[in-house]
Amino acid sequence: MEQTFSSKAYLDMELLRFTTAGSVDDGKSTLIGRLLYDSKSIFEDQLDAVKRASIQKGSEHLNLALFTDGLRAEREQGITIDVAYRYFATPLRKFIIADTPGHIQYTRNMVTGASTANAAIVLIDARNGVIEQTHRHAFLASLLGIPHIIVCINKMDLMEYRQDIYQSILDEFQLFANQVFPEQDMRFIPISALHGDNVVKPSVNMPWYSGGTLLHHLETIPISQDHDLVHPRFPVQYVIRPESDEFHDYRGYAGRVAGGFFHPGDKVMVLPSRIETEITSVDTLTGPLTEAHPPMSVTLTLKDDVDLSRGDMIVGVDDIPAESCDISAMICWMNPKPMQLHGRYALKNTTRDVKCLIQDIDYVLNISTLEQITGATVVKMNDIARVQLRTTKPLFCDPYTTNRITGSIILIDEASNETVAAGMIV
Amino acid sequence: MGNNKLTHLKELEAEAIYVLREVAAQFERPVLLFSGGKDSIVLVHLSLKAFYPARIPFPLLHIDTGHNFPETLEFRDRLAETVNARLLVGSVQESIDKGRAVEEKGINASRNVLQTVTLLDAIEQNKFDAAIGGARRDEEKARAKERFFSHRDEFGQWDPKNQRPELWYMFNGKKRMGEHFRVFPISNWTEMDVWQYILAENIDLPSIYFTHERDVFYRDGVWLAAAPFMEMKPSEKIEFRRVRCRTVGDISCTGLTLSFADSVEDIIQEIAATRVTERGGRYDDKRSEAAMEDRKKEGYF
Repeated sequence: MEQTFSSKAYLDMELLRFTTAGSVDDGKSTLIGRLLYDSKSIFEDQLDAVKRASIQKGSEHLNLALFTDGLRAEREQGITIDVAYRYFATPLRKFIIADTPGHIQYTRNMVTGASTANAAIVLIDARNGVIEQTHRHAFLASLLGIPHIIVCINKMDLMEYRQDIYQSILDEFQLFANQVFPEQDMRFIPISALHGDNVVKPSVNMPWYSGGTLLHHLETIPISQDHDLVHPRFPVQYVIRPESDEFHDYRGYAGRVAGGFFHPGDKVMVLPSRIETEITSVDTLTGPLTEAHPPMSVTLTLKDDVDLSRGDMIVGVDDIPAESCDISAMICWMNPKPMQLHGRYALKNTTRDVKCLIQDIDYVLNISTLEQITGATVVKMNDIARVQLRTTKPLFCDPYTTNRITGSIILIDEASNETVAAGMIV
Repeated sequence: MGNNKLTHLKELEAEAIYVLREVAAQFERPVLLFSGGKDSIVLVHLSLKAFYPARIPFPLLHIDTGHNFPETLEFRDRLAETVNARLLVGSVQESIDKGRAVEEKGINASRNVLQTVTLLDAIEQNKFDAAIGGARRDEEKARAKERFFSHRDEFGQWDPKNQRPELWYMFNGKKRMGEHFRVFPISNWTEMDVWQYILAENIDLPSIYFTHERDVFYRDGVWLAAAPFMEMKPSEKIEFRRVRCRTVGDISCTGLTLSFADSVEDIIQEIAATRVTERGGRYDDKRSEAAMEDRKKEGYF
């Protein structure tokens, strides 16, 4: 926290959301604690509380992991149970960390954290090298379309900061990555979260590495292209009808731009009616705008009186999404109660609510071997599977790799109301 | 193609507006929990933006402990009138009079915990199915695990170990009869974000956020306001000091900061230099390591 603080600079900062994935004891909480501590984002009372707790537990060092422990059961068991969100800022960017647990049974939380992230940190314990969990984490990060993956090889201090150890882990990981996601932007950093090497400060113990600290990468990764800026997509979220004297006939379509640009005068098509019309205005409380783009929340008014409500979509007239009841998707099952072939679930896609039937399970994926196991009739918790869905009403959707908003779905069990699966449209 | 960058504050604003619209779209009887504090004032401002040019489509609910700073109440009434919103007040005193809640005794007595009873009663009586709150994940460790849409069972309880996964921006507001949701549109904002937003949007605040002179006393590292219902130890003495509130809650647990800050700019400089978290001055959080977690499980804000 600087003594002189510039509000102007603060208002110019960008937002980067990142997620962290690692197995138990990879030092993930310590890494986040280190980022917060070295970037001076820890307050005195938090530091005091952690100092007290460290002493009480008999820790030798200040236990940085305690900065991120939230729930009582987590402190007692020394593990992370649920996604926790952390915040810090440097003069360049504000960061939101989705701190997700690495245990196999909590994969659903990792997928949760990954779904909105611009970047993922995958942690590898230098003593153990690439293990099955590493494959799972990296694969999930890539499957969820996280644009940037930063592989941190941690606990280098326990391996005498040896370059050959780092290089062999990097090579092994690269082999896997080339097979699974050759296009993915990846960076590798040797670190010691415990001692702070290459986290915020460059390491004096690893002069052979010159690729920049973790914080440097987080501050400089380009993020402006992370949204779909090509295909105009505006899922209608809520219809605004003031019914007041001043705005007697006003009818505005409120929503968050999911793709492309919208301007007054643009020719658009409304789905599902396929009527062509024109945008009259892009409204906000502080006055009309000349342009809207992702991820802005605005209200559009249209030239013609069309039938349009929540769950419908306004799209570019020459660039319309697929409209179909037959959906192929990669899903991650997140509930202890397995998915059944021919099971029925509620489905959400953008603001659209439909029901669906699991028509077919193409395969369940073994993430470690990438083997596609066919003939499955159930999909269990933490399984990744490719499925065919049949919806009661058509979806207006793009492939997930094109648009993370219009290309994603969730499934809900109608008996328990629980969210049971995350899906990426293929 | 134009400039497609949003600053982080604009992105957080867009996210909060999106969440507020989801509430209006998914629930039949939402309500905005209004404390008179800056976070709930920002929520009202965001709600105006979300539904313009229509009115805010939900009422404001204030849980009144009866131990409020009078400035907060005046501000509350004026704001509700300005934005043309319906204001409901749930009275903790009434809950005590009816025997629904029992007043705490002793030196650290506070009505803060009792608010939960009044809040849950108000939710049940009015059949509210979503209560929008200004809680932020950076405030406290239990809150760091909150979802935007946080499910509460028919007893108003939170089950932190069994929360619904929240993916992308698709919020699952499905529930059974008698259950409700707590919704936190500014989950991802920090204290600094809130103040910068107040500055950028020129949002009006109650006067107690700014420096003023007041009778105060010092207890366990926190300055508290002297008031007739505040029991004091013999060793504690009243002093007349220049202070301001960093957060605004019930008088019995709101810590005051010695400060000369009389503008939002001053406050921002003060926060940038300060080394203690906002809730560090909250007496209610100091009761135990898991004080907030326990209150939240019972149905606290």
